[in-house]
Amino acid sequence: MSSITLPKVAGTPKRGRLHNRVMQRESTLGYALLVPTMLMLLVFLAWPFLWGIWLSVSNAEIGNDSSHFVGIGNFVYNLSDTIFVQSFWNTMAYTAITTVFKFGLGMSMALLLNQVFPLQRFARAALLLPWIIPSVLSTLAWRWMFDPTFSILNWVLMHSIHSGGVNWLGTTNTALASIFIVNIWRGAPFYGISLLAGLQTIPPDLYEAARVDGASRWQQFREITLPLLRPVLLVVLMLSTILTFADFQLPYVLTRGAPYNSTNVLATWAFNIGVPGGSIGLGAAISLVLFPLLAIAITGVLVSLRSKE
Amino acid sequence: MAVAARSRQTKTEKPIWDRTAGRWIRIYIPLFLFILITLFPFYWMIVTSFKSDQELLDQNANPMFVVVPTLHHYQFLFFESHFAQWLLNTTIIAFASTGISLFCSVLAGYALARLRFKGANSIGWGIFITYLVPPTLLFLPLALLIKTFHLFNNLFALILTYPTFLIPFCTWLLIGYFKSIPRELEESALVDGATRLQAMFRIVVPLALPGILSAGMFAFTLSWGEFLYALIFMNDTQTKTLPVGIVQELIRGDDFFWGQLMAAALLASIPVALLYSFFVDYFVAGMTAGAVKG
Repeated sequence: MSSITLPKVAGTPKRGRLHNRVMQRESTLGYALLVPTMLMLLVFLAWPFLWGIWLSVSNAEIGNDSSHFVGIGNFVYNLSDTIFVQSFWNTMAYTAITTVFKFGLGMSMALLLNQVFPLQRFARAALLLPWIIPSVLSTLAWRWMFDPTFSILNWVLMHSIHSGGVNWLGTTNTALASIFIVNIWRGAPFYGISLLAGLQTIPPDLYEAARVDGASRWQQFREITLPLLRPVLLVVLMLSTILTFADFQLPYVLTRGAPYNSTNVLATWAFNIGVPGGSIGLGAAISLVLFPLLAIAITGVLVSLRSKE
Repeated sequence: MAVAARSRQTKTEKPIWDRTAGRWIRIYIPLFLFILITLFPFYWMIVTSFKSDQELLDQNANPMFVVVPTLHHYQFLFFESHFAQWLLNTTIIAFASTGISLFCSVLAGYALARLRFKGANSIGWGIFITYLVPPTLLFLPLALLIKTFHLFNNLFALILTYPTFLIPFCTWLLIGYFKSIPRELEESALVDGATRLQAMFRIVVPLALPGILSAGMFAFTLSWGEFLYALIFMNDTQTKTLPVGIVQELIRGDDFFWGQLMAAALLASIPVALLYSFFVDYFVAGMTAGAVKG
């Protein structure tokens, strides 16, 4: 979201005499200021991460302390498990499809909000709301809207276009579509507000000049808006991709894998296997599959950021 | 959407109120649709929470409105469930983990943005790379770690683990913010004999307050709504947070009591909604500051 820049750490270029004088003390202070952060990240992030790698190649189970090395057995087992394979593809589709919609809708939202109109502040706050509210809670509201008997969406469909109701969470395809809809509803505002922030930094005289040269609105959008939004866009895309890939709460609350474990994503399947199922090693292997996927996504974004500079 | 992306300033040259059909089609109607879709689930939460169970199950009534509003579900939450306890837990956890995260990331952000030392670059990248390790990847080993520390059903389990996903983002945001503050301000203080730490706390930190506020809001919102860690580390009804308490305890078996659930979801959302309604400008400003630096 907010910071749209990559961390460019204090560089080394030429400095004044003052700096040479305080250099020595500067580096001691630098390390000292980093101690709390490093401590937190080492204990609660790096350590469990390494532990997770060990678990993924072990047969650890809840209540069984004598776990031992099983090599890539967990991964092999998972690949032969149809639910795992389906969860994997669900995760990919979930990320790819919702990202396209969130980008399109978010861009429209940003362009609209960048216009001058009455009640602008209200509109901006209202559109941001889905993204602020804890997603477990808004997803619950959607679950109620998708209720098999009392679905308000079906009520609207029946009373407006007299169509029959949709069995939203009852079949695999509609249940997946429902998950996608809720994710798009929740995620588009993030794109919208971030892109709006980006739009507002584009100097107006660029459009002025383009108009003088007779550029159409579409040309202005393609030649000025999109290229200048690129840095913001890449960061937004990256954060959103990571969050969607690794999303647990939305699918968990909306379908909990139902019907018949067909709407799991990697996160919910890893949870099912690892926590209620108790097979920690197998679960750790499932969630570890996310790591290379995320690495590819991030590298992609970083490479495109680099190539620009 | 080929709506022209013109920024505010250009607009002032034109009459703000050109009430043409084009403007309605291009701006007001799409905007209205967006807002309708965005807000409807919240409207539905409110309506549901004030309906009696009898009205909720009435197939013949128009479901869009409440006929006889009742506070029954709210009464239930406060007098017959542990909602108040969960609210307290969530508040404590959100404030504490936001505090820890801001403390760590202000220090780290300043060091990485301003100070020159060996390895600064790699540490900066290292913190950034932690994005590759979201909670979904860590929850199983972390549960074992929490067990080792005997922190299950202890608020500290969450207070200490939430900063792992808050610190990287806050640090990242603050590096950008600190860099936008002119170096000269600090240097003149150093020349006047202030120490680095004094210059940092008296000059840079106050100037970076909008950025710190927006990092804080972000951290608070995320810890308020976090679900996965809280779901796994808190099994005791007394120590649950709002999202977990609502999903696990108010849904009984396969029975969904939607009146209570929606009342609870609404109440649990209000604190963050209020936070944003007061500070939305800071929040957007924080994001814009980041973007300018791109």
